[in-house]
Amino acid sequence: MATQEQLQKYDMTIGIECHVQLATRTKLFSTANNDAREVTPNSNITPVDYGLPGMLPVLNWEAVRLAVRAGRALGSEIAMHSHFDRKHYFYPDLPKGYQTTQMYEPIIGAGLVAVPLDDGTTVEVRIHHAHMEEDAGKLTHFDGYSLVDLNRAGTPLIEIVSEPDIHSAAAARAYATELYRLMTYAGVTRGDLYHGNMRFDVNISVALKGAATLGTRAEVKNLNSFRSIERAAEYEFKRQVALLERGEPVLQETRGWSDDTQVTTSQRSKEDAQDYRYMPDPDIPPIVLTADDITLMQADFPKLPSEYRQSWGDLELDSSVIATILDHQPVARLLDAIVAQHGTGNLVRRAFNWFASVQAEDIDTAALESGLVDSHRVAELSKMVEDNKLSSTSAKDVFLSLFDELYKGKTAEEIALEKNLLQVSDEGAIAAVVDEVLADPASTKAIEDIRSGNDKAIGYLVGQIMKKSKGKANPSLAQKLVREKL
Amino acid sequence: MTSIQAVQSQIAESSAEAVVASALQKAHADTHNTFLNIMEHSALERARQVDRGDIIGPLAGVPFAVKDNFLTHEVPTTAASNFLEDFVSPLQATAVKKLEAQGAICIGKVNLDAFAHGGSTENSAFGVTKNAVDETRVAGGSSGGSAVAVALDIVPFALGTDTGGSIRQPASFNGVVGLKPTYGAVSRYGVVAMASGTDTIGVLSSTVGDAELLMTFLSGQDARDMTTLPDFFSLDEQNNGKKLGVIKEFMGEGVDEQVRARIEAAVEQYKTLGYDVEEVSLPLLKYAIAIYYTVIPAEISSNLARYDGVRYGTQKGKDGSLTDVYELSRHAGFVQENKRRIIIGNYVLSSGFFDAYYQKAQKARTLLINEFTTLFAEYDALLGPVSPSPAFTIGESVDDPLEVYLRDVMTVPASLAGLPALSVPVGATDSGLPVGLQIIGARKSDAKILAIAREIEGKNE
Repeated sequence: MATQEQLQKYDMTIGIECHVQLATRTKLFSTANNDAREVTPNSNITPVDYGLPGMLPVLNWEAVRLAVRAGRALGSEIAMHSHFDRKHYFYPDLPKGYQTTQMYEPIIGAGLVAVPLDDGTTVEVRIHHAHMEEDAGKLTHFDGYSLVDLNRAGTPLIEIVSEPDIHSAAAARAYATELYRLMTYAGVTRGDLYHGNMRFDVNISVALKGAATLGTRAEVKNLNSFRSIERAAEYEFKRQVALLERGEPVLQETRGWSDDTQVTTSQRSKEDAQDYRYMPDPDIPPIVLTADDITLMQADFPKLPSEYRQSWGDLELDSSVIATILDHQPVARLLDAIVAQHGTGNLVRRAFNWFASVQAEDIDTAALESGLVDSHRVAELSKMVEDNKLSSTSAKDVFLSLFDELYKGKTAEEIALEKNLLQVSDEGAIAAVVDEVLADPASTKAIEDIRSGNDKAIGYLVGQIMKKSKGKANPSLAQKLVREKL
Repeated sequence: MTSIQAVQSQIAESSAEAVVASALQKAHADTHNTFLNIMEHSALERARQVDRGDIIGPLAGVPFAVKDNFLTHEVPTTAASNFLEDFVSPLQATAVKKLEAQGAICIGKVNLDAFAHGGSTENSAFGVTKNAVDETRVAGGSSGGSAVAVALDIVPFALGTDTGGSIRQPASFNGVVGLKPTYGAVSRYGVVAMASGTDTIGVLSSTVGDAELLMTFLSGQDARDMTTLPDFFSLDEQNNGKKLGVIKEFMGEGVDEQVRARIEAAVEQYKTLGYDVEEVSLPLLKYAIAIYYTVIPAEISSNLARYDGVRYGTQKGKDGSLTDVYELSRHAGFVQENKRRIIIGNYVLSSGFFDAYYQKAQKARTLLINEFTTLFAEYDALLGPVSPSPAFTIGESVDDPLEVYLRDVMTVPASLAGLPALSVPVGATDSGLPVGLQIIGARKSDAKILAIAREIEGKNE
């Protein structure tokens, strides 16, 4: 593998093709159920899907509608006239001997995706086009034989083809992540990466910095996690630079990535590339859309991640907080409602941080969608902290309770009351606790430190007071009382 | 031959069972190699249901035959290929279902060129069907079995398919009526595809009136076939028109003298009937064969890709590699003409040739369609022979595929343009071989060309 010094001499260029399975009820050209997760092999199929003689495709317009919505998320023009073509090759997962796709007139034209990077900068990735096509079936290989499952055959896909505008492994991951957000926000896919709802083919080439032409690219196929995209790109960068440094050529080929070994391996070279003999599909009339059709199909379009980022710019939040929030569209929607009502002050920032700090998997999106957690209750809770009615620790406790069926229909204040978490700002009550803590022999060292000028030790004492009051004491009031008493 | 109405009288006098049993008996006794599979059991059972009054409808008890590229229950749908020799379909073609819904009874599946590739049935994997008039001659094709079944009076009508002449030419060769409707008039669902862009479903019958009646049942939009047109076929206010054109290019060199004489006689009859008949020219017709045998093999190679030996049909080489399964299954399943067309199709679609051949042919096709459109602005229908010659001798040109292709010159133009066209008998040659007059109409003028055909039907015998 290449050394750091060698790597620095090269630039990497990446283009990504992303397959998105559309969340339609039925398949692209048949009435078979399109949700093949956890079902018996070859049960979600009709004679159309297994290529019985005499069967004809019937286009699913819901798939067209979702594609048209996906196009809007990509900032693309929608073609008023598009059509399907046949791509021919023989493989047992392809029942008709061809895949129905859009080679010549895709439905989604050129677009642009602004991809935020971890360092706060943004990379603009141009979309070349995106086309509709059907998915193939799935093969499982055993010793000496293979089994075919056609449940996935005919699932509607869009394939989003980017321009080679990506120049780092991190940016490749960020682009894929942003595409995921765009497609799930637009509601066009179930977004289940484990079940292959989105799959990525990553084309990678390297060239000496400043070189006029791109290097020969290798394509790493079928990646289905953001991490594997980044790792595979990193690996390919090193592999290709090492080859060039040794004076060997990079071969144009298809490679596969192994999560186990963390390396890419050659699968098919360019010499084996097939001639797909593309041909317009005579069984499917062209898709002809009017401007009104497109408007109707794109109606009630949700706010996209980039738009949220723009509305939240003044919050001055860490980009990782924003990224975490944006991973869950319902959370983004809820917080955006709070921003709309309460502006961009601390009250709102606190709510963002609560959500971001809760681990992604802990967020019960069902609770959000059922209205169990609404923006008013979250805003009310944050206001209570502002008004010194709750400590931030207690507020977090109440925040989590908002997701609990047990507290359904209760306001944040009622929950705090019920859990006995309301903050004590009554000087007399806190003074008693302060006295108790100061009298504790364990506090002697801290008291001495403070008296000798080490002010930091006051934190320890306030902490003890909070603990004794079960978090209910107002910490600033407690601190004030400690100072007075010493 | 017996018309549907005559068969209905027979049923009224005896019974559906008697009529169907008689048809089945004739099918079994046939020496022309017309039937590939006979639906003995279901046909008789349905006939008894008709007699009991359990099946009713305008075609109740009327037997018919189906070209063996329509999916049906009970017996295999072979497409006259080894590949599908034992293939029994789980469902039925829309056209068959529609006729059964009217009470008609399918008695069996008839021969064709394998996968409908050819114009003689000599390409059938199960032997040639002999001409109804002269057993040394071909039935024509690819719907040869359908034409002979009607001509021999086994059934009053049969279903066929026409991609480049496959209904009209055998109808002409055997002296029956054959209608290729407008592309999209009848659903293709459940019919083994040849070339999707020109495949049409039609009928072969003993009279023009029967073809009209059957079209009222068969035509119509089908949600299972996106290329079907909104319903348009109607016999109400049927308009004969009054101006006809005789296609000059169809009457010149290379056309058999006696065929030309029969067509000219028919033209004179139209004049006598008060029609205004003029000679017309479509200069691009000379490219029709070249266009057809570029575009159609491309679609054939694509449509035959599903026959890979993995899911149904012939499977060979199972103990070998995946490639063995593909190569050996396809080698065994296809006849030579299938392979020839697959190779041509793959060639014209291959990288670098697609623009030069396929796309160019499609552009030329559009220009040819424009020529037709211009003529139909002025003429109600165009006339000419169906084929340059009457039925030819079996084996005569099996070794000269190009000559065979050239014989399609008069039928492929209407196919490429998606136009309705029919063959109506207009007499015979001196040796008794039937000759058909071809009438081509504008898109969706199916009812009109049938009305025009009815005018001279039976007047040339």
